[in-house]
Amino acid sequence: MDKKVWLQNIASLPERKKEFKTLSGLSVDAVYTKEDIQGDLGMPGDYPYTRGVYPTMYRGRLWTMRQYAGFGSAKESNKRYKYLLEKGQTGLSVAFDLPTQIGYDSDHYLAKGEVGRVGVAIDSLQDMEVLFADIPLDKVSTSMTINATAPVLLAMYLALAEKRGIPFAKLSGTIQNDILKEYVARGTYIFPPQESMRLITDVFAYCHEHVPNWNTISISGYHIREAGSSAVQELAFTIANGIAYVEAAIEAGMKVDDFAPRLSFFFNSQMDFLEEIAKFRAARRIWAEIMKERFGAKDPKSMMLRFHTQTAGSALSAQQPENNVVRVTLQALAAVLGGTQSLHTNALDEALGLPTERTAEIALRTQQIIAYESGVVDTVDPLAGSYYLESLTDQVETEVKRYLDRIEVMGGAVKAIETGYMQKEIQNSAYRYQVEVENKERLVVGINAFADQREEDIEILRLDPLVERLQEKCLRELKESRDTVLVEKTLKELKEKARSTENLMPYILEAVKAYATLGEISDVLRNVFGEYAAKELI
Amino acid sequence: MKPIKVLIAKTGLDGHDRGAKVVARALSEAGMEVIYTGLRQTPEKIVQAALEEDVDVIGLSSLSGAHEYFFSEVARLLKEKELEHILLLGGGIIPKEDILSLKAEGVDEIFTSGTPTGEIISYIKENVAGD
Repeated sequence: MDKKVWLQNIASLPERKKEFKTLSGLSVDAVYTKEDIQGDLGMPGDYPYTRGVYPTMYRGRLWTMRQYAGFGSAKESNKRYKYLLEKGQTGLSVAFDLPTQIGYDSDHYLAKGEVGRVGVAIDSLQDMEVLFADIPLDKVSTSMTINATAPVLLAMYLALAEKRGIPFAKLSGTIQNDILKEYVARGTYIFPPQESMRLITDVFAYCHEHVPNWNTISISGYHIREAGSSAVQELAFTIANGIAYVEAAIEAGMKVDDFAPRLSFFFNSQMDFLEEIAKFRAARRIWAEIMKERFGAKDPKSMMLRFHTQTAGSALSAQQPENNVVRVTLQALAAVLGGTQSLHTNALDEALGLPTERTAEIALRTQQIIAYESGVVDTVDPLAGSYYLESLTDQVETEVKRYLDRIEVMGGAVKAIETGYMQKEIQNSAYRYQVEVENKERLVVGINAFADQREEDIEILRLDPLVERLQEKCLRELKESRDTVLVEKTLKELKEKARSTENLMPYILEAVKAYATLGEISDVLRNVFGEYAAKELI
Repeated sequence: MKPIKVLIAKTGLDGHDRGAKVVARALSEAGMEVIYTGLRQTPEKIVQAALEEDVDVIGLSSLSGAHEYFFSEVARLLKEKELEHILLLGGGIIPKEDILSLKAEGVDEIFTSGTPTGEIISYIKENVAGD
C-alpha cells in the first residue's frame, strides 16, 4: 500500500501525542516505507562510508574501550589507569585538571580550588613520568583531552617516549587539540582564534613529519551537545569547525592528504537511540563528500570520518542513579550500531561526582557486554536498509547541510563563533529542552516522571585535599633542582620563534625536556599571543 | 516595584555554563534583572560585581568539584563586606554531604542537577520579598 494512503487510513486512530518528534525536534511519521529511502548506500569501507569506514568493522577488530579518567595527582591517576587496563580496557584516556588545561601551574592563584579536581594535575615532564609509570607507551594508545595547551602536553608525551627510547613512530594516540569548540561550549581557551589555529596547524605539520600514527586533533561535537545543542547542531557545528581546520592547514601550506588522514572526531551519544545512529552515519557521509568534492582529497583515508564516542553526561540523573546504567547501555549501543572507533561509557554516579572504582568498572563492563554478548558486532552496519533509519540519516544530512550553508554565508566557523551565532543557537536549544522537561512535554524517568523522595545513598569519590599542596611542593623542588640556565634559554628561544611563523613544536619540546613548567611555557605564549576575551550573551 | 536583581556567576576555571545560562534565562523570563558574569570568576570579582550592581541574589555555578572552596570563599567575603543580606545560592554537581557544610558556611541554598527552574524562581521570590 502507498504510504500516503496508509497514513490517511490511520488518521482517525487515537495516538498518544499530537506530534511525534525526535530529541532534536525532527518530526517522526507513523511509519516508513521503501518510498522513504533513496539511492545506493554503498558498502562498508567504500565512499561515502555511510555504512562504516572499514570493510569488516567489528568483525575485524572491536572498538577501543577507552574510559576517560584522571584525578588528583599523577600517582593516583596512574593507579586508576593500571586498574582499568587490568579490567580489560584497551586504550587510555587522560583527563587533565582545569589549571593544566588553561596553562596555569598548580601554584598559580587562579588554580586555587581546581588542582586535581576534574582531572590530573600536570605541571611538568616530571608529573608525566609518574602518570605513565609502568605503562608501555608503544603498546597502549593514549588519548589526551587537552586543547589550548595540547602542544605542551603532546611534547611532554614525546619527551617521555624519547627518555624511554621509544621511537615516535611507535606512538599512537590522540590529542583533542580542538580550540574552536572551546570558544563555543567548553571554555578552556587561552589565546585568540588566529594564534590558536597556528598552534593547531603546527601540530599537524610536526606530527606528519615525526609522529605519523598520532591523531592530531579530535574535532569534537561532544561538548557542543552537552551544552544543549540538538543532534543536528552537534554535527553541523563540528563539521563546520572541521572545515575551518582543514582550511587553516591548507593556508599554512600543507597538502590535504598530508594531514587529513590523521583528523579524528568525537561525538556524543544521547538518549534518542535511532536519531543518534542516524547522526553517526550521516556524519561519515557528509565529511567524505566535503573532503573529496570541496578539498579535492585523493587519499581515501582523508575522507574517512573516524570517531570516538562518549555517552551523554547531561542525560544522567542525580535522582535514582542506578537507572543511569540503563541509559548508558542504550547510548553505548547506539554508538556501536553507528560504527564508532572508540567508546567511553559514563559511570552511573557522574551526576553526583567522580566515579569510584566500582562504578567505573560497571561502565566498562557495559561495553564488554555489548561487545561479547549482544551479537550486534557480528555483521557490519546491521540496521542498514531500515526504512526509518535511512530516512532519518538523510534527514539529518539535509538539516546539517542547511546549517553548513548558513555558516558559510557568515564567513565560516570562526566568524560564526566570534559573533556568538553558534553559542546562541546552542543556548536556545538548551533552554527549549529545559522548558519541555518542565512542561512535561518530555519525560525523564526519576526527574519529571516516576520520581520519588528516596534519599540517595551513594558513595562518592573524595579527592585527597592535600593534592594542591603536594603539587606546590613538587613544583618548588623541581624549580630548585633543574638547570635554570637551560630553562631560560629554551623559553627565550620559544618566545622568539612565537613571534616568527616557524613551527613551534620543536621549541616547545626543548623547553619541556629542560623541565620548564606548563605554566612557564603558556606564559611565554600568552605574552606573545595575548588572551581571548569571550563575549557573554544570554 | 523594583525587579529582583540577580548575579549569576561561574566560579573558578570551570567551563560548564549550560546550567548557569539556562537558569539566567529562566530568571529573566520570570521578570528578574539578571547579570551573567561569564566564565573564570574569582570570589573577589564576584563579590565586587555584586556590590557594584547592588544585587539581591548571587547564584554561583560549579561543576568542577571546586564548590567547597569557591562557594565558602564567596560567603566569607560577603560577611567580611557586610553584604550578608544578599541571598547566596549555589548550583551544580554538589554531593549531598557538602550541602550541609556549605550551608553552615553561609550559603543559603544549593540546587543540584535536575532541579526545575520554577523551584529556584519560587525560592528567590519567597526569600527576597521580605526585603
